[in-house]
Amino acid sequence: MSSSERLLLDVRGLTVRFPTSDGVVQAVSDVSFKVSRGETLGIVGESGSGKSVSNLAIMGLLNRNRTLISGEVRFMGRDLLTLPSNQLRQIRGKDIAMVFQDPFACLHPMYRVGDQIAEAYLAHSDGGKDAANARAVELLDHVGIPKAKSRARDYPHQFSGGMRQRAMIAMALVHNPAILICDEPTTALDVTVQAQILELIEAVKREFDIGVILVTHDLGVVAETASGVMVMYAGRVMEYGPARDIFERPQHPYAWGLLDSMPTVERRLEALVPIEGSPPSLISPPSGCPFHPRCPYRFEPCPVDRPPLIRPEVEAHLDACHLPWDKKVELGAKRSINRVEDAA
Amino acid sequence: MIFYIARRLLWTVVVVACVLAITFAVFYLLPAGDPALRFAGKSPTQPELAQIRHRLGLDKPWYVQFGKFSKNFFLGDKFGWPGLGTTYAGGTESSVKTLVFNRAPRTLFLIAGAAILWLVSGVAIGVLSAVKRRSIVDRLAMSFALVGISTPVFWLGLMSLYIFWRRLGWTGGTGYVSPSDSVTGFFSHMILPWCVLALLYAAFYARMTRNNLLETLGEDYIRTARAKGLPERTVILKHGLRASLTPIVTMFGLDIALLVGGAVITESVFNLQGLGYTAINSALNQDLPLVLGVVLLASVAVALANLIVDILYAFIDPRVRYA
Repeated sequence: MSSSERLLLDVRGLTVRFPTSDGVVQAVSDVSFKVSRGETLGIVGESGSGKSVSNLAIMGLLNRNRTLISGEVRFMGRDLLTLPSNQLRQIRGKDIAMVFQDPFACLHPMYRVGDQIAEAYLAHSDGGKDAANARAVELLDHVGIPKAKSRARDYPHQFSGGMRQRAMIAMALVHNPAILICDEPTTALDVTVQAQILELIEAVKREFDIGVILVTHDLGVVAETASGVMVMYAGRVMEYGPARDIFERPQHPYAWGLLDSMPTVERRLEALVPIEGSPPSLISPPSGCPFHPRCPYRFEPCPVDRPPLIRPEVEAHLDACHLPWDKKVELGAKRSINRVEDAA
Repeated sequence: MIFYIARRLLWTVVVVACVLAITFAVFYLLPAGDPALRFAGKSPTQPELAQIRHRLGLDKPWYVQFGKFSKNFFLGDKFGWPGLGTTYAGGTESSVKTLVFNRAPRTLFLIAGAAILWLVSGVAIGVLSAVKRRSIVDRLAMSFALVGISTPVFWLGLMSLYIFWRRLGWTGGTGYVSPSDSVTGFFSHMILPWCVLALLYAAFYARMTRNNLLETLGEDYIRTARAKGLPERTVILKHGLRASLTPIVTMFGLDIALLVGGAVITESVFNLQGLGYTAINSALNQDLPLVLGVVLLASVAVALANLIVDILYAFIDPRVRYA
């Protein structure tokens, strides 16, 4: 299969606006990325950086009456944004499936877990109730729920957090989707369970040869599994490239900030450096580079000109920053994820 | 599940026993003056009083009286089960049970018809309103709810009688026609009271359904349902409404129970002479055994409604069963 045939999702210039009484919220601005089979794209950023909204827009889960969406979301050649809602519904849950952040809130508390998975099966299949139930049990077993047949008859409150997230993943896999979007799938879970869920997602990706979008604010999660990383801030892409490059040669001050504030095994707590300030208002974002008010390296052009997302050098990956290339290399090298010098 | 129902059932018995004790205390122990005098109706003679006193066991200590009172209630007296005692109002001895049970069907038919109307229309309007939020449909529905909640029942009752009965002649007038006498007469006499009583409640239920459903539709599991690719109708009716149903069921049970003794205004405007009307009338006549009978029946209705609501709860929300 050629690389173009393996390309699943091609998002170009995705822009999402929410008109509110206080003004227009510029949730996502001009975001472009690609996802191919067998690839995990990590989308990283703080809360309110537009990660989740981008994915909800791809899934068509934003209320079209109250949202302005532009750009293109090409899924296997079709633009999902121009698809009528009933055709989009045919794709949702079948070709593109989603796992959400909080497994405690995402399963309906009043229906049996197995029935909820069976319902997902029946939404896109005429297989009948028995086939649906069998599929539900099969998948629960597949994602590692012990005694799947009897546990399928349980209600969500009888499941632990990790089991619920497994059930959510089982539900998402019902129709062997081409793309699995995981929106902070481990945030609500215990650390030990987090690793299991990430392994499960990895295993599923390899087994079914699907594309995964992994949204998270935890760089550690991305470092373990992603093949590509997109760093978002204030609804814009700050840096986008292969995961190894991002972690070894980060080019954007915001990515440096994220790496500095990330705890690792080697790093003592005092060595963590938080990013000063908080994310900007999306109703009236800062002029120029949206990160400039918090950026320790800002200089004259930053508040005036918004830096375009470009490749500063041939061997570099995409970033949106005015800093000269040698400066990026110098400061980025200090942040390389491989460094151990400040370990005790 | 069986354990849950048994536990609720036990509680119901306890509640009914408490109601019995309080009712007893209020009517036998608390009122100043001779209970026999109160029981005897208007202008009794001395021998009558003595007879009543002996008959009611008022010459015995209070605990013996309470024991007899409870025993009669649970096991029945000479008029059968449940023993509600005897009224001497009007100078003749008659069974409270018979009086109450004669009045009960009128009230129960009134409540049943109205309840179906308000539940169906209220929930339907609420769902429509929530789904079409901020549209003209929503605004019209909520204006209707405001009118329904604010309009006094007696005014609405009289106006509807004037228009539909006197002016247009579409319905029967006031009074009650038993369905065993004439089915069409029954419906033509009941349709206005049903609609008038239902309007107030329908308005409440529409608002409550709308608010609950809007809240539920913001839940994460609704987004999950949409992400599965379910049609919007299924998302709203199966996933949204199911979760919004619990408070509605609670209200429904209690509203019905409270109406057993409390549909006084509707009963009066349409001259149905049901239980509420009987309670008011007997209170005005100081016919306490009859008041007692209606109060007991109404409280048992509330206790039973609570039981049914609790059991329904467990069916609707599995989390209740294991709590």
